Amino acid sequence: MINLFIGNLGHLFVILSFVLSVASAYAYFRATKKEDISAQKEWTFNGRILFYIHSFFVVGIIVVLFLIIYNNYFEYHYAWSHASKHLPVHYIISCFWEGQEGSFLLWIFWNSVLGIILIKTNKKWEAPIMVVFAVVQAFQVSMILGLSVMDVKIGSSPFMLLRDVISDPIFAINPDFIPKDGTGLNPLLQNYWMVIHPPTLFLGYATTLIPFSFMIAGLWKKEYKNWIKPALPWAIFSTALLALGQLMGAYWAYETLSFGGYWSWDPVENAVYVPWIFQVASIHTMIIFKKNNTALKTSIVLVITTFILILYATFLTRSGILGNASVHSFTDLGLSGQLLIYLLAFVAVAIGLCIYRWKEIPTSDKEVSTYSREFWIFMGATVLGLMGFQVFAGTSIPVYNTILEQFGITSNLAPPAEQAIFYSKFQIWGAILIAIFSGTGQFFFWKSMDKSKLWNELSIPILISLAVSTVIFLVYNITQLSYILLLTAGVYSVVANSTILIRLLKKKSFKLAGGSVAHIGIAMMLLGILFSSGFSKVISLNKSGMMFSRNLSDEMNQENVILFTNETKTMNEYQITYKGQRVELAGVPGLPSRKLIRKTIDEHTVVANSDYIHNEKLVFATGDTLTILPENTYYEVEYKKDGEKAFSLYPRAQVNPNMGLIVSPDIKRQFDRDLYTHISSIPDPDTNTEWSDPVTNIVEIEERFFVNDFVAVLKKVQKIEEIEGVTLNQNDIAAEAIIEVQAKNKTYTLKPVFIIRGKMMGNLPAVEDDLGVKISFMNIKPEDGKFELTIETSQPDYIIMKAIEMPFINLLWLGTLVLMFGFTIAIVRRYKEFKRNS
Amino acid sequence: MKKSHIIGIVVIAIAVFVIISTAGDASTYVNFEEAKALSESGSDKKVHVVGQLKKDADGEIIGVEPGEDKLTVTFLMEDNNKETNKVFYNKPMPPDLKQSEQVVVVGHYKGDIFYAKSILLKCPSKYEEESLQVSAVN
Repeated sequence: MINLFIGNLGHLFVILSFVLSVASAYAYFRATKKEDISAQKEWTFNGRILFYIHSFFVVGIIVVLFLIIYNNYFEYHYAWSHASKHLPVHYIISCFWEGQEGSFLLWIFWNSVLGIILIKTNKKWEAPIMVVFAVVQAFQVSMILGLSVMDVKIGSSPFMLLRDVISDPIFAINPDFIPKDGTGLNPLLQNYWMVIHPPTLFLGYATTLIPFSFMIAGLWKKEYKNWIKPALPWAIFSTALLALGQLMGAYWAYETLSFGGYWSWDPVENAVYVPWIFQVASIHTMIIFKKNNTALKTSIVLVITTFILILYATFLTRSGILGNASVHSFTDLGLSGQLLIYLLAFVAVAIGLCIYRWKEIPTSDKEVSTYSREFWIFMGATVLGLMGFQVFAGTSIPVYNTILEQFGITSNLAPPAEQAIFYSKFQIWGAILIAIFSGTGQFFFWKSMDKSKLWNELSIPILISLAVSTVIFLVYNITQLSYILLLTAGVYSVVANSTILIRLLKKKSFKLAGGSVAHIGIAMMLLGILFSSGFSKVISLNKSGMMFSRNLSDEMNQENVILFTNETKTMNEYQITYKGQRVELAGVPGLPSRKLIRKTIDEHTVVANSDYIHNEKLVFATGDTLTILPENTYYEVEYKKDGEKAFSLYPRAQVNPNMGLIVSPDIKRQFDRDLYTHISSIPDPDTNTEWSDPVTNIVEIEERFFVNDFVAVLKKVQKIEEIEGVTLNQNDIAAEAIIEVQAKNKTYTLKPVFIIRGKMMGNLPAVEDDLGVKISFMNIKPEDGKFELTIETSQPDYIIMKAIEMPFINLLWLGTLVLMFGFTIAIVRRYKEFKRNS
Repeated sequence: MKKSHIIGIVVIAIAVFVIISTAGDASTYVNFEEAKALSESGSDKKVHVVGQLKKDADGEIIGVEPGEDKLTVTFLMEDNNKETNKVFYNKPMPPDLKQSEQVVVVGHYKGDIFYAKSILLKCPSKYEEESLQVSAVN
């Protein structure tokens, strides 16, 4: 039976939470109007209660949707399209936000939590900021509303029944039809990072609303200056989370996808990078304002820009406008109109309010001295803005086409053919300047500076960094100007900020160290990116393609190698060998060879062909029934150095009937570099092996013959009593031939069987995929003691793989941790300042 | 002139430069004929061509030939103007090439062959199902 109740309940909760968010916004709005204190209190109280009940229903929606997924109610489209029965429990959480509706819910949930925290911590600003919060909540919940008003679809509900989404003849026959299993979670998302990356990123998204709300409240209530203090700790927190969320995504991509890195300038990545860049600029201008009242207007503009860009990112990734431009945007739910209204409403209100109040916003007319902190921070913010603008301009290319189409102009603009180059060639110069400014700006924190003092302060850090970076670029033979400059600037930023940090520690004022620690982190990340991307080296390179055409040498380099089973090839300092397929069995440690098991009718059950010993312990024995994770196959690639085994890597591939080959790399992590290996192609497992025409060999015992270019010897022929899978009668005669095939690194034993039953002759061929060999035992010729064997050959099992070396990538990850530590110190400091003053 | 004015002018200049360079680096969606004309006019700018794999009268894909060492692939692609051209791709054949509904090749002509630097495939995605599949029903 279809469980209609739970979906209706969920849908009811959605509608209630929408209505309540609108009601709460109204109540809070009334609270800002009344001059009379008691009415103000009353309306505030109403708004608060309504927001609490709204939040309660939000949690209700989440619980209901989770239960639908968890209990495999496949009559619901969301459960059917995102979950499946064999999914481990911890990935059910990822199913929840795989779809657009679930990820909106996650965002709505965070907004509710943050709203409640603000109500509890900031009574003074409660009414005006909660108006903004509740309005945003109303827009967000409307995205999952799932109602039709006068034929206009509003929102896409996660509680749609499968039969209402998908038209299939089965529903005409049986409307209560429930599929036995769901289509499951995208295998690439079955990764622990996908459990924590979306909540972090969406908390980052949600927190951008807080500085924005304070800013709107400030303009609205003419508290032009006072909004900064409560907004600043949240702005820093939000920046930290967005950075962390993006880097988690980058790390996931590095570990799971196979484009050979952690960042690909995909529109979905850029959509977060751009607002983040502006937010970084905004926290800096807000800090200057707190110190000496300048940069207020700039801060307002940057806070607006950040929030609008978050909405723009939402529009880009969820409206389907990116089309072919992105590999991983959400599917189009037909919400583009609604998303556009959401975006434009906030653009209009924020910019309108800003223009309306612009003249009243206090400004400082004094010219900023070059030897002031403000000047350097301001320059840094300008550079950040330009960096963000460049990525924005490039990422929006699909939008230009759509806009021009509205005016009847056909535009055929496509994203740059080489996105990485297009963005990096500009961003690298921004990064150089940012490193220089973030190193220098810190020196102005204590005292007023003039030219001579500044040079006194800076000379030692500059000399140290020049010396260090000269050594590095000589050792690594760096010749590209932008790389040399980024290296020098990055080292300078580390040295300069460390100088400051040491001084702070000496003065025991560690709580002020957030800036210098965070800047050291950023500089380390820049250096990590410079080395790991700028000097990443494809080591599976071979130039045999040059023969194709000499004048195309660059494009013709092959970045992949083909490896047949047990064949060894040399790549750089490594000798690599493909050792065969490995499988993943439930509850079994390690990755046993595929040869140890055989398939059964149920794709999740296999039977052991032989014993498996792992770490000197017998894990399973011949004949045991085991549970396999059938999607994953691992390919063992052994790396040797100077003939000594160095390590083995197990890159993964999944052959998905709908998505083709899905591959994930395996990474050998070393202190100073990662060796990254992924599969590019494997023989199609769905097509049956094509065997050559059989060739007959008549051989005697100990005679040598050739199979598929390998030397084989017939060792002996013996009578057998039992054959697997075939029951022998008393009168049956069966014999097996024992044939040894000598491959390069290994001897294989094949045992084809010959059977006589009455007057019929039969045989069971022996197959060795590693060699691409099938031997059938066709007949016995007793008169001259010879045996008839037929040999068929095919392509042996192979992999095509790519290996990339990424130097000093650990600097990037380590820098991330340092950055987060710096952010934490800064948040604590700014929050204490806010508390002290309120 | 005040310092802030100088900075303002520099910022505007850079912003204009960004717009110009974005317009200049943006690729274009063209058909084979236009791509060929472009390369014959001496441009080696990479363009996007959208189309499908060539199929014979029975709907079977024809003309997909992996290189001898399997590290490259050539295939026949029909653009949206129904013009067919040979495409060379200097990487192993993408495993889902033959399942694709739509192929976008990014690259340029060299002689009569279109050299694809990258290929974007639009496959009937598992995650955008519009109808139940037998395997999912059973």
